Amino acid sequence: MNGHNIMTTAIENNIRLLEARKAQVQTKGSEPFNIACEKQSVAGSVSQRACVFCGSRVVLYPICDALHLIHGPIGCASYTWDIRGAVSSGPQLHRMSFSTDLQEKDVIYGGEKKLEKALLELIAHYNPKAAFVYATCIVGLIGDDMDAVCRRVSAKTGIDVIPVQSEGFAGSKKDGYSAACHALDTLVGTGDTSTIGPLSINILGDFNIGGETWVIKDYYERMGLEVVSTITGDGRVDDIRKAHGASLNVVQCSGSMKGLARMMKEKYGTPFMHVSYFGIEDMSRALYEVADHFGDKDLLKRAQDMVRDEVMRIMPELRKIRQDLQGKKAAIYTGGAFKAFSLVRSLRTLGVKTTIAGSQTGNPTDYKQLAELCDDGTVILDDTNPLELAKFIQETDTDLLIGGVKERPIAYKLGVAFCDHNHERKDCLAGFEGMLNFAREVHGSLCSPVWKFSPFRQKHKETTEKQDIFKPKATYIPTNVVRPGETSGGGGETKFATLTIGATEVAK
Amino acid sequence: MSLLRHTKGGEVHERQSLTVNPAKTCQPVGAMYAALGINKCLPHSHGSQGCCSYHRSTLSRHYKEPAMAGTSSFTEGSSVFGGQANLLTAIENMFTLYKPDVIAVHTTCLSETIGDDIPQITENAIDKGIVPEGKFVIHANTPSYVGAHPTGFANMTKAMVDYFAKSTREDKVARRVNIIPGYVEPADMAEIKRLAKLMGLDPIMFPDTSGVLDAPQTGVHEMYPAGGVTIDELVAAGDAQQTLALGPVCSGPAAKALYAKCKVPQTTMGLPIGLAATDKMIMAMRSLNGGFVPEEIKYERGRLLDLMTDMHQYFYGKTVALWGDPDQLVGLSELLMSVDMLPKYVVTGTPGKKFLKRMGDVLGDKVHESFVRQGPCADMYLMHQWIKNEPVDLLMGNTYGKYIARDDDIPYVRHGFPILDRVGHQYFSTVGYKGAIRVLEQILNVLMDRQDRDSPEETFELTM
Repeated sequence: MNGHNIMTTAIENNIRLLEARKAQVQTKGSEPFNIACEKQSVAGSVSQRACVFCGSRVVLYPICDALHLIHGPIGCASYTWDIRGAVSSGPQLHRMSFSTDLQEKDVIYGGEKKLEKALLELIAHYNPKAAFVYATCIVGLIGDDMDAVCRRVSAKTGIDVIPVQSEGFAGSKKDGYSAACHALDTLVGTGDTSTIGPLSINILGDFNIGGETWVIKDYYERMGLEVVSTITGDGRVDDIRKAHGASLNVVQCSGSMKGLARMMKEKYGTPFMHVSYFGIEDMSRALYEVADHFGDKDLLKRAQDMVRDEVMRIMPELRKIRQDLQGKKAAIYTGGAFKAFSLVRSLRTLGVKTTIAGSQTGNPTDYKQLAELCDDGTVILDDTNPLELAKFIQETDTDLLIGGVKERPIAYKLGVAFCDHNHERKDCLAGFEGMLNFAREVHGSLCSPVWKFSPFRQKHKETTEKQDIFKPKATYIPTNVVRPGETSGGGGETKFATLTIGATEVAK
Repeated sequence: MSLLRHTKGGEVHERQSLTVNPAKTCQPVGAMYAALGINKCLPHSHGSQGCCSYHRSTLSRHYKEPAMAGTSSFTEGSSVFGGQANLLTAIENMFTLYKPDVIAVHTTCLSETIGDDIPQITENAIDKGIVPEGKFVIHANTPSYVGAHPTGFANMTKAMVDYFAKSTREDKVARRVNIIPGYVEPADMAEIKRLAKLMGLDPIMFPDTSGVLDAPQTGVHEMYPAGGVTIDELVAAGDAQQTLALGPVCSGPAAKALYAKCKVPQTTMGLPIGLAATDKMIMAMRSLNGGFVPEEIKYERGRLLDLMTDMHQYFYGKTVALWGDPDQLVGLSELLMSVDMLPKYVVTGTPGKKFLKRMGDVLGDKVHESFVRQGPCADMYLMHQWIKNEPVDLLMGNTYGKYIARDDDIPYVRHGFPILDRVGHQYFSTVGYKGAIRVLEQILNVLMDRQDRDSPEETFELTM
């Protein structure tokens, strides 16, 4: 019995899917690949997706010298107060929570006055470089003219006050990205670009979670490129104003910043390219492609040297980690599909096989590419829900789930390891050092001794031995115990470190 | 300018149109939490997808548990034509796929403003035959622009009464007591049930999130963990001898509704935080059990009192800043006052009629030494300004106090909702006599750690 048959059976027989969701789940290799996606979530499905506001908020949030005011009832501000580890090297204004906290009477009489007062008060107090005002569901309904208020306040205060049309119901998280891009577009083109040289880029679509933008920026600068702006990780209003002066937009993340890159191409003729910074392959390719774009031999040479140095630096430990992880199986569920590609490759570098790959917001091209990248038998999912996810994880006997906050407890309840590759990641996972951090994180969770107590693991040990389609190639040895041979150096001979028990030294 | 240096002292600036760093969140998350306290219930958010996602994320971060809920996934279309079609589809899909016994719908600012009539939509659903036999759809109106998360909790709890409680007999069932625990942790609900059972009572607790949001690792993804009040119990609540409503804001409305509907007498009291408040709850239970208090409870009370007396010198005169939900704040303040600590600053963003009066009662003659603020602009920023002008010895409240704790280097005990950065609240209750021991222990730990850290070597003490 080969892999994909088992998987097909899993989907068709063992897992109940909502009729309307069936087209959004496919198994690689089982049929002509034609997944349905970019659909509105089925009502009543416990979707892991968020809304337009959420999309705008996460994308603009890292601009740390701007004011971010949320116009609506309190919830939208509460839930997005400092939730994303987007690190700033300077101002921390973005980590405060500002809300007009609309009350019933505002819903009846309108919230424009309140919004204007709030803005004037905040701008006077914090003197920000610009202000973003986020519309929430209710603003769209009660008909507040946010644009007019923003214009008035802008005129009074002399700073850019930018409305973000992010009413929650007006589409999906992706539409929120687009609203954010429109907001950014009003800033781009307003700064002086006279000092910017030809070998210059903007870094788009990295949000400096765990300092990732810094790592990437450092690589480009070491290559000899000038980084004009980082949008939006560790972002600054004045840098964004002059972003149009850069010669190239390097865009990461499938959904969020593509819109801005397109607008800039149209308006200023700035070309753009897509890259990913996760994993050795994708990171190296990003640097090479950027160097290629400029057609500059020195750039390329420096990129090659840097890649060689960086890879050599991390390889010894990666190899060690790979020994432990070889043959393990992982499920990936990300926000955008682009990240999923990199994760499949990164996991492959670590000897880990991808059994399930999905995203909240992928498009047909994304999924096609994802399927091409994955092995036969991999389940591809669009906009999944906890029940599906849990069932597929169990059906495929997956060891690790990579996802975000809502996926974490699902994994843990199943007794499956977890790695947060979303807002709650604490370490830099981008670039070469990021790959090492990622490997350590995956290793730390997968090889934790806690799983050996888990009922799911214990059950599976007995029943999956025979028909396991992804049978481990190497025996798993946790690194946190002393290994045979390690202290004696005598190849293969079982000899443990000296143990001290009480006052007696015992050599085993 | 660093994150922590945004707040300056000096004149406290009055705001009317702006909340900075809120000490509250919106109604629906409270309704979702309450609904999870019904056995085999799937909460449902009738609004945009983001609401549901945020609430589930917040609950997951606080409890480190999956929090299941559906959403009507509103679109531009539904916001123009109403959300009926979405809700009907959702109800059908959820019963088909997730098989809950109950779907508990709460509204959002969006669906409230559109004016969706949930009972009417539910009736449609029943007429169309998409609500299976023996299954239920209940609802609570929880507009985000009214009240705050405790209000949403209260509304959903009241809905449980409105939809299920039934008076089936003339006389009430002796010793059956309804306990409405308020917006407390699963561990607290379990502790209150334990005390009620020790008191010889037959408690029906609703909502009851113990066994739901503190469930064990079983290796299986349980859509519906074993805990939660059952429908049968909610029906039977109508025949109970008495209702004990703990916390007027969160539990009062349901208790009153139950009295109006089924004539179950009710007593509304504070949360049993600290010795005096627990005494009150035990006395109320004693009036229902024929007048006894078991040795075990007396023993627990004695141990709490013992701790209070043993360590009272460490508490003496310490000032505290508190923030959170009204019912919690009153209870904590009373506990603090009982060991000679002063709740110097108290803020809550949650409205609720009698909060200021209740605080006044608790503070007694110290009322003039305290700053208490409630309402839209009663936020963490205001509290921080107060602290800048005159610091306190201790902070007590949810996770959002960590900025102040760091900026002003103040000992800090996490309490309330949400706690996103520590564990323990899921497992150890802070109500009842035992719970008070835990709260005092937490307070002592941080105060003594601080004393150890700050004392010069010559006065650095081994024995404290």
